[in-house]
Amino acid sequence: MRAMLIVLGKECIESLRDRRVLLNVLVLGPLLTPMLLLLLMHLIVGREIEKAERPLPVIVVGAQNAPNLVETLRQSGMDPRPAIDDPEAAVRAQRADLVLRIPQRFGEDWRAGRPAQVELIFDSSRQELRGEVQRLQSMIEAYAARTGSLRLLARGLAPSLVNPIVVADRDQATPQARGALLLNMLPYFLILTALIGGMWLAIDATAGERERQSLEPLLVNPVERASVLMGKWLATALFSMASLLLGLFAFLAVGRLLPSDDPGLGLSIGPRFVLVALPVMVPLVLLITMAQVWVASFAKSFREAQTYLGLAQLVPLIPSILLMAVPLRPQLWMSAIPLFSQQITILHLLRGEVVSPLAIAIGAAVSLVAAAGIFWLTLRLYRSERVAISS
Amino acid sequence: MIEVEDLWKRFGTKQAVAGVSFAAQDGQITGLLGPNGAGKTTTLRMLYTLMQPDRGSVRVDGIDAAARPMDVRRRLGALPDARGLYKRLSVRENVEYFARLHGMDRAQATARCTALLQELQMMELADRRTEGFSQGERVKTAIARALVHDPRNVVLDEPANGLDVMATRSLRETLRKLRAQGRCVLMSTHIMQEVVALCDRIVIIAHGRVVADGTPDALREQAQQSNLEEAFMRIIGAAELEGGT
Repeated sequence: MRAMLIVLGKECIESLRDRRVLLNVLVLGPLLTPMLLLLLMHLIVGREIEKAERPLPVIVVGAQNAPNLVETLRQSGMDPRPAIDDPEAAVRAQRADLVLRIPQRFGEDWRAGRPAQVELIFDSSRQELRGEVQRLQSMIEAYAARTGSLRLLARGLAPSLVNPIVVADRDQATPQARGALLLNMLPYFLILTALIGGMWLAIDATAGERERQSLEPLLVNPVERASVLMGKWLATALFSMASLLLGLFAFLAVGRLLPSDDPGLGLSIGPRFVLVALPVMVPLVLLITMAQVWVASFAKSFREAQTYLGLAQLVPLIPSILLMAVPLRPQLWMSAIPLFSQQITILHLLRGEVVSPLAIAIGAAVSLVAAAGIFWLTLRLYRSERVAISS
Repeated sequence: MIEVEDLWKRFGTKQAVAGVSFAAQDGQITGLLGPNGAGKTTTLRMLYTLMQPDRGSVRVDGIDAAARPMDVRRRLGALPDARGLYKRLSVRENVEYFARLHGMDRAQATARCTALLQELQMMELADRRTEGFSQGERVKTAIARALVHDPRNVVLDEPANGLDVMATRSLRETLRKLRAQGRCVLMSTHIMQEVVALCDRIVIIAHGRVVADGTPDALREQAQQSNLEEAFMRIIGAAELEGGT
């Protein structure tokens, strides 16, 4: 215990004098991620708003067949573009995004009171156009409904007769939830902060110490290797936590900067978020720093360890991508998977939802057990004869 | 006092140490002499408990290294082949770190470190960070670190490696001082002049075996040479013929 504290103290002092460590712990980890996030969110939010208000360019074929319709659509925001030949081929070749074709008999049907057909030509596999197609469809439907009502009124009938059922949308996604869809990546950023915060120290204290040939003299001291390893691990965890803490405060600051009237971005980045996120993250930080120390202990040189840990930074991306690609309904057993568990909890927190203390406890317990397991593995490595031998 | 009895160690297919026995007495400098790859470093590593022998025993002041490694480490100051320092720490911090790992509290460590650095005439280096140190300064610091717990026995692996003339002289002075204090000093080297200048007793190792053991005079006699270097060559040469291919 005493030896562990001495090792811990020395690793901390040495790291505090290392400009690379400080840069990572104080600047890169905590500041870069919220900044990146802020940028990302403003880009996305900005684009959504722009999309909703921008004139909608639509190629109109046969505009002369329905001048009133085209004029009404233009007033609702459509930007009619000159007709082209063979619109189907153009859309297929992605030379055109969206084409509205009005057949010649439109006027005739319209005047006769028959359903007049217009054709929308688009490619539904192009996700980015879905919003535009919907916008145009709803413009046309609005015009059709208005005209239909007027026709009924002209014949002395109440327009409500043709609407036996009215569907009212009551979207239960809270504004926070809609905003968090963009922010499935945020837990990853937080974990990345912790990873960056611990990485240099983990390497420096293991592969670095070996490369600089100071591990052999160190291990000749009358100290249990478990204490040495524990000291190095906790020093790494301490720096990782410092980075994470700074990162959380930076988030808090960014949360205040966010315009609160942005559509769907009423995220709960407040003191509650920090207060709950911190205890959620502590066991995970212990686990990932232990894993970092383990991985770095295998490497023979600083550079080798850097390569391994650089790749390891991508591991926490897997749950994030999963959560984004497959909207899983969170279930209790998922809390038993480290990383996944914490990412889900952080997401819930962001959405301002209730988080289950049981899920948090399970996540913490599993993470701690996993950390202890990796500690044992690393200790075995440290007890082997080859670990100290640098050449 | 260090007693080594019938030490064996194998790495894969290479039998690094094959039955080494010798004793190093208090108040003497014992030299472990041998060509590169003879098994000196491995022998020393087993001695300061970094490695476990496949067979045989090491006793330091009568304490068995396999049974009580921690007690052996407390009685032993080791300058391993690897002598890296923490370059972002000063000499004093480097030395005090090891003092504290040896169980001293902060005040004791500071006091001991000051006394030691004064004794080794290193006070002007004390508060400098070790980054950019010369080889000589580095070895001095590593020796100070090895002596911080005032061990009765001192083991040094090729201490003169890479040192210039001045640094070598100062190293010899230090080792003689340790001998005068009645400590048991055991050093390995492949350099003849080192043993001639310093050692009271020489143990020659080749192919993981002790091929000669005695005072410089006895060795000269054994090889029937007046020159120790010639004696060394003859003894090693004989061992090559016997133990070699």
